[in-house]
Amino acid sequence: MSGVPLKIQLVGFYTIVRKEVSRVARIWVQTIVPPAITMSLYFVIFGNLIGRRIGDMGGFDYMQFMAPGLIMMSVITSSYGNVVSSFFGAKFQGYLQEMLVSPLSGWVIILGHVMGGVVRGLAVGAIVTVVTLFFTDVDVKHPLIAFAVLILTAMVFSMAGMINAIFAKKFDDIAIIPAFILAPLTYLGGVFYTTSLLPDFWAGLSKFNPILYMVNGFRYGIIGVSDISIGSAFAVILIFLVLFALTCYYLIHRGIGLRD
Amino acid sequence: MCGMKALAINSLTKTYPNGIQALRGIDLEVEEGDFFALLGPNGAGKTTTIGIITSLVNKTHGDIRVFGHSLDNDIYAAKACIGVVPQEINMNLYESCYDIVMNQAGYYGIPRSQAAAHTEAMLRQLQLWDRRDDQARGLSGGMKRRLMIARALVHSPKLLILDEPTAGVDIEIRRSMWGFLKEINEQGTTIILTTHYLEEAETLCRNIAIIDDGKIVENDRMSAILRKLHQEVFVLNLENTVDAAPVLAGFKVRLVSESELEVQVGKGQSINDLFSLLNERNIIVSSLRNKTNRLEELFIRLTQRKDVSTDGSDH
Ligand SMILES: Nc1ncnc2c1ncn2[C@@H]1O[C@H](COP(=O)(O)OP(=O)(O)OP(=O)(O)O)[C@@H](O)[C@H]1O
Ligand SMILES: [Mg+2]
Repeated sequence: MSGVPLKIQLVGFYTIVRKEVSRVARIWVQTIVPPAITMSLYFVIFGNLIGRRIGDMGGFDYMQFMAPGLIMMSVITSSYGNVVSSFFGAKFQGYLQEMLVSPLSGWVIILGHVMGGVVRGLAVGAIVTVVTLFFTDVDVKHPLIAFAVLILTAMVFSMAGMINAIFAKKFDDIAIIPAFILAPLTYLGGVFYTTSLLPDFWAGLSKFNPILYMVNGFRYGIIGVSDISIGSAFAVILIFLVLFALTCYYLIHRGIGLRD
Repeated sequence: MCGMKALAINSLTKTYPNGIQALRGIDLEVEEGDFFALLGPNGAGKTTTIGIITSLVNKTHGDIRVFGHSLDNDIYAAKACIGVVPQEINMNLYESCYDIVMNQAGYYGIPRSQAAAHTEAMLRQLQLWDRRDDQARGLSGGMKRRLMIARALVHSPKLLILDEPTAGVDIEIRRSMWGFLKEINEQGTTIILTTHYLEEAETLCRNIAIIDDGKIVENDRMSAILRKLHQEVFVLNLENTVDAAPVLAGFKVRLVSESELEVQVGKGQSINDLFSLLNERNIIVSSLRNKTNRLEELFIRLTQRKDVSTDGSDH
């Protein structure tokens, strides 16, 4: 067993990241603008119009409560969407083979694409944050925690997007999972409300939703309140990170959905 | 040990998930520095074999070594030795030619500064440098194929595998590609190619294997294989005209037109004898050619009997 020299892996990693980032930049109208518009609408409708009637949530003005959730929601959707469409496109058009024949290890292929998803997630997250500032003040309580949760979550969903792309056989397959699994989990993941408003049963069920931990972890980092202890938020995020990373590696190493 | 094998394949089999048995036990060796042709009719298993060598298709059983590196436990070293030009276009058609080749260099670990020089050299060699900033989808079919060759060579592989590199390439460019491939072969790159133009294989390759229905049916030096031909048909163009096919002892002659003859020359017969007989009859030959490519005759003979026996099978 002789591995690939580290230098080759690093150059390969840089090449993939550069390619992924320039893809995001090239089609910025599709990758960056839509979430900015959607999130502005959320702020106008839920924050400004309806939010006034809602009053406080978790001890905060509704807009301030919702802002971290919306940022997180756009990061999750963008990082997932980036990797699922980029990786599936590469597989569908065949140019994923360029990487599969090369001496790059599966980890480099995974991390390169994940980094692309993280960059797009952060870019979108930054824009949504700027949009937020038009509507409300944000006073960040624990910047390091917020940033760590944001990055790790973007990684988790980039990998989830990759897994989706690996199993997908047609374009429908990369639309189904986001619509039927990701969106419901996100909307039910505490973006818009605290679980203390829910009846016990639903509050208990929500604890099985990993997105709840990510949204609350991030909300803790920004405004300092959370339905979940920050320790368990990190624990859940890290468990999914490791789980998805190993799944990606297994799939790529075995060539499942890629080399059959 | 002298004469390292560029490629050694041992009892390779492949059954696709849909049950198609594409390879039924392939054994193949290609010497370092060789120019090797892998021939066979459609569906014989050539692309499958290449797919397995290049890690794009999972094998079912068997053992493959590339310059001594086993695909099972030294795959990264094996991969670094190979450059491949696939049969199907597999590029991001929205990327520029330049980026496609540059990125491939990156995947093989060549830093950008160095890669830029390689990329330029390859694009120039394949007459694509003027089109470097065009998206690949704007290229003609033959240009896309050349772009894939440039991409395959950018990391200077020791083994270049080409799956029908000249399909859809015009004659002039095909000849220049032949010249180019010969040149890099002379500089030491081992080349394996598949093609349906047997003239191409005959012109370029020193050794060939013919694969049919997932099995190797012939594997020898090109010269030895051509010697196995039992007869050849020559077409003679005549200076003067004749009304009927002349009777030439021992040779089967057919009149095509008043100034064209077809003559079968068997294995033991010499063309000198044929010409003496023609001389005796004052028939002057202005030019002479093989009726079909010699390899083609053999190829058809080797792969055709199969069709008869599989006739009536389910596909
Ligand atoms: N992905 C696949 N799934 C299932 N069967 C396949 C697949 N790829 C090839 N086959 C089958 O395997 C057999 C060998 O195909 P292969 O592509 O290796 O032939 P080939 O020699 O390259 O033919 P050609 O000259 O047409 O390119 C064929 O019967 C083909 O239908
Ligand atoms: Mg083929």
